[in-house]
Amino acid sequence: MDQETRSIETELAIVGTGMAGIAASAFAVNRGISSALTGNTGALAYTTGYLDLLGFHDGHFIKDPWEGITDLATTAPGHPLATLEPDRVRAAFTEFTSFLSDIGIGYTNPGPNNLRAFTPAGTIKPTLCVPATMAKGVEALRSKPSCTIFGFHGLKGFSANQITSNLRENWGSLTPKTITFPGHNRGELYAEVAARSLEVSENRKLLAQILKSEAGLSTCIGLPALLGMHAPDAVLEDLETLTGLDIFEIPTMPPSVPGFRLREIIEQTLPAKGMHLIPQQRVKSISFPQDDVRLQLADNFGPIEIKAQSIVLATGRFLSGGLEARFDHITEPLLGLPVHQPDSRRDWYQHEYLDSRGHAVHLAGINTDAQLRPLQSDGTIFDERLFSAGIVLAHQDWIRQRCGAGVAIATAYEAVEAAHRLLRR
Amino acid sequence: MATFETEVLIIGGGVTGAGIMRDLALRGIHCILVEKRDLCAGASGGNHGLLHSGSRYVSNDIQSARECRSEGAILKKTAAQCIEETGGLFVSVTGDDEEFGHRFPEYCRSTQIDCEEISIAESRTMEPMLSPDLVKIYQVPDATVDPFRLALQNVAHATALNNSRYIPHCEILLFETADNTVTSAICRNSQSGQSITIKAHQFVNAGGGWAMNIAAMAGCDDVSLLWSKGTLLVSHDRLTARVINRLRPPSDGDILVPGGTVSILGTTSVRTENIDDVRPTVEEVNENVLQGMAMMPILATTRYIRAFSRVRPLVQSAGQDDDRSVARSFSLFDHHHVRTNFCTITGGKLTTFRLMAEKTADLVAARLGNDEPCTTHTTVLPDAQGCQWTEPGASPRYCYTSKDPDDMILCECEMVPQSAITQVLSSSPGAGQDMNLESIALRTRAGKGSCQGSFCGIRITSYLYDTGFYKDIQGLYHMRDFFNERFKGMRSVIWGQQMAQMELAEALHCGLLGLENLDNHSEKGKE
Repeated sequence: MDQETRSIETELAIVGTGMAGIAASAFAVNRGISSALTGNTGALAYTTGYLDLLGFHDGHFIKDPWEGITDLATTAPGHPLATLEPDRVRAAFTEFTSFLSDIGIGYTNPGPNNLRAFTPAGTIKPTLCVPATMAKGVEALRSKPSCTIFGFHGLKGFSANQITSNLRENWGSLTPKTITFPGHNRGELYAEVAARSLEVSENRKLLAQILKSEAGLSTCIGLPALLGMHAPDAVLEDLETLTGLDIFEIPTMPPSVPGFRLREIIEQTLPAKGMHLIPQQRVKSISFPQDDVRLQLADNFGPIEIKAQSIVLATGRFLSGGLEARFDHITEPLLGLPVHQPDSRRDWYQHEYLDSRGHAVHLAGINTDAQLRPLQSDGTIFDERLFSAGIVLAHQDWIRQRCGAGVAIATAYEAVEAAHRLLRR
Repeated sequence: MATFETEVLIIGGGVTGAGIMRDLALRGIHCILVEKRDLCAGASGGNHGLLHSGSRYVSNDIQSARECRSEGAILKKTAAQCIEETGGLFVSVTGDDEEFGHRFPEYCRSTQIDCEEISIAESRTMEPMLSPDLVKIYQVPDATVDPFRLALQNVAHATALNNSRYIPHCEILLFETADNTVTSAICRNSQSGQSITIKAHQFVNAGGGWAMNIAAMAGCDDVSLLWSKGTLLVSHDRLTARVINRLRPPSDGDILVPGGTVSILGTTSVRTENIDDVRPTVEEVNENVLQGMAMMPILATTRYIRAFSRVRPLVQSAGQDDDRSVARSFSLFDHHHVRTNFCTITGGKLTTFRLMAEKTADLVAARLGNDEPCTTHTTVLPDAQGCQWTEPGASPRYCYTSKDPDDMILCECEMVPQSAITQVLSSSPGAGQDMNLESIALRTRAGKGSCQGSFCGIRITSYLYDTGFYKDIQGLYHMRDFFNERFKGMRSVIWGQQMAQMELAEALHCGLLGLENLDNHSEKGKE
């Protein structure tokens, strides 16, 4: 049976549902730009919820990320953050965290310095903004109050003992406790299932009772990130009221609840703000005729064509399919854009995994002009309607530099601003 | 400083050392086996896992061919749990030396190895992935063997027989001698730093590639080795039911061996002087793929999850240029002019390890005045606790039958449950507090799947903190070292889906957990 192609007309098509894609959607919504967001599943489920700007450079912990990105102009001049005004990056972060807070996932605002936040291994991660549910963890790491870290029987990869064993050296009153999640009898406990169950107030009461009786003299408790899915701030507040304790969440191993929260809240709220959402579908092809940019894709109901006036490519790297590693070279599969990369596969990785210099393959990616328009091999722009954002961009190492969200949010901001100027021209 | 006494100290925990330990224990002789790293750390663990029918050597090394034929038959009876009787094919493609192909059945006949010609049509039903350009196909009785399980069970059996002891992470620093005998070995435990003195009546050097250096430490200069580095690739999926050999004189990338759920392609062969830090290179990986795709085109596009290299010792004699033409047979040095209670066994191959152990144990037993005969050719190798988890099917089978929801699966690629980890830590050979993730990975399938341990390394570590095995930052160091070690085998095969896998792993290990900055961890804790 032939299915009719459905057509969507929009001002801005956003390809990619990772951090850069949802940030671009938020910026488009705020500017009254009509948009369509599409792309395959995306790597959002792998986020901890922390929003890094720049946490490490040359193997050193960065205290002031604003100074850090200014320094990139000399130490890593091609870095996507190197050429951006710190004030504009701050504006991007503030706008994005406010947006998320408004739609239901509270976030701290960007401060002058990096925060020091918990990891599930009991190490410390530098980051710029954290979900409101994790804010008291940052404060606890600083002030070291009497604190119990709770784990749950059956929750793999999260050990309260591990966290306290590695932090107790300077924090004598830190205690581990492993408890049974209310209603969970045997076997594996899935964080996502537990999070959804805590949306029910009866379950919160049961959990609060256990926490209160097990917390001993602690005034503050840390739990794995599973306190609610759609209204985590309200779940946390209720648990604090019921227990009389300060509570914070600690990220779990990905894929994790904070990532699901972001994805679900975006999917729930943005369509009401006028954004077309075609989730979990891979764009098959993009063409650039005179009148509009055309994206071909399909969902269960048949083919879809998006006709857009402009497009942001936020397709991510290897994990999300924005880049592909062939036997001997790296490609950008959707448009065939030239990819900045090492000469040979020999040079992709250092010999030692944890070499502090990082691996050259992570610096591979798309080259753009100052307006984030991808360049062809002759140095000219591919099309004036095509912009690119996020970690698909070259010359940054989001993993080692802890700059993934920073690159995503700041470049999405600039790309949408540039698209906005083009659209209103 | 700890002191141990035994009748025989065996140095080197390869499959030969493990085999000697069991052979001697069966004769009622107590032994201690020491190993610088852990079981099968050298060539024993770095090969195809091919139980040779002997046909590979019929054209250039008749003695090895015969030894393989008879030893293969013995092991299929006595160590069946470590062996899969896959059968093997020799295949030639257009352009291969046709003369060699024609002579092959005659070679096999002269060494009494079964060899049957198969039609091209029939071979396609047997192995659909074979090249469309086949010329000749012969079927031979090749099989596969799991060297890790083999070594573990030999050690476990020896321990069960007479309390013979295996000590991993135990490096020989020097030998103490008196007149023309060795009296004791001074060792160091590389995990704890503890010094260990081992007194023995007899000393056996089963150091494989390191045998020359160990012999020299005892004052014996008559062992002269060359080293050949080989690199092999592990595919994500099993590509064939049988062993596939290229029907040509031995060369690069010409054997593909199934190993449970994967296939192993190799090898390259180059001379090396470096025996302690051998790693696969991108060039060696490319060469294997390039050569292998002639007989199996799918090797060009298949997903590889790992490569590994090993150094094979070749006992030197004059005038050999090509390492593949050096006889694969083993050498037993009795060193009787220099040390009357010290001997060295080296060379040889996995398939003939039992024979090597027998000849060595015969010498040692005679020197001890023990006249019990060797019984390893008839005594069936029993199963033992903590040794069965290296088999790909063992963990899933256990999980399906035990039906214990609380026994959670920590390695999701290979379905390794908590109880397997607990059992390995408590009762497998080498069990104890100085085990780490690498010890666990050697004794189970953890880390052998597509994620190569990047997820289960984290889950197992968390589990071990919860059980109290780890109490401080040691668990994080072990986790970091494990990922470093796994990476050595991944680096040269990272493309395609493995690139996405690797990107996620590094995001987790560095981006989230900060393992590359662990040395500054406590300093940061103080702020």
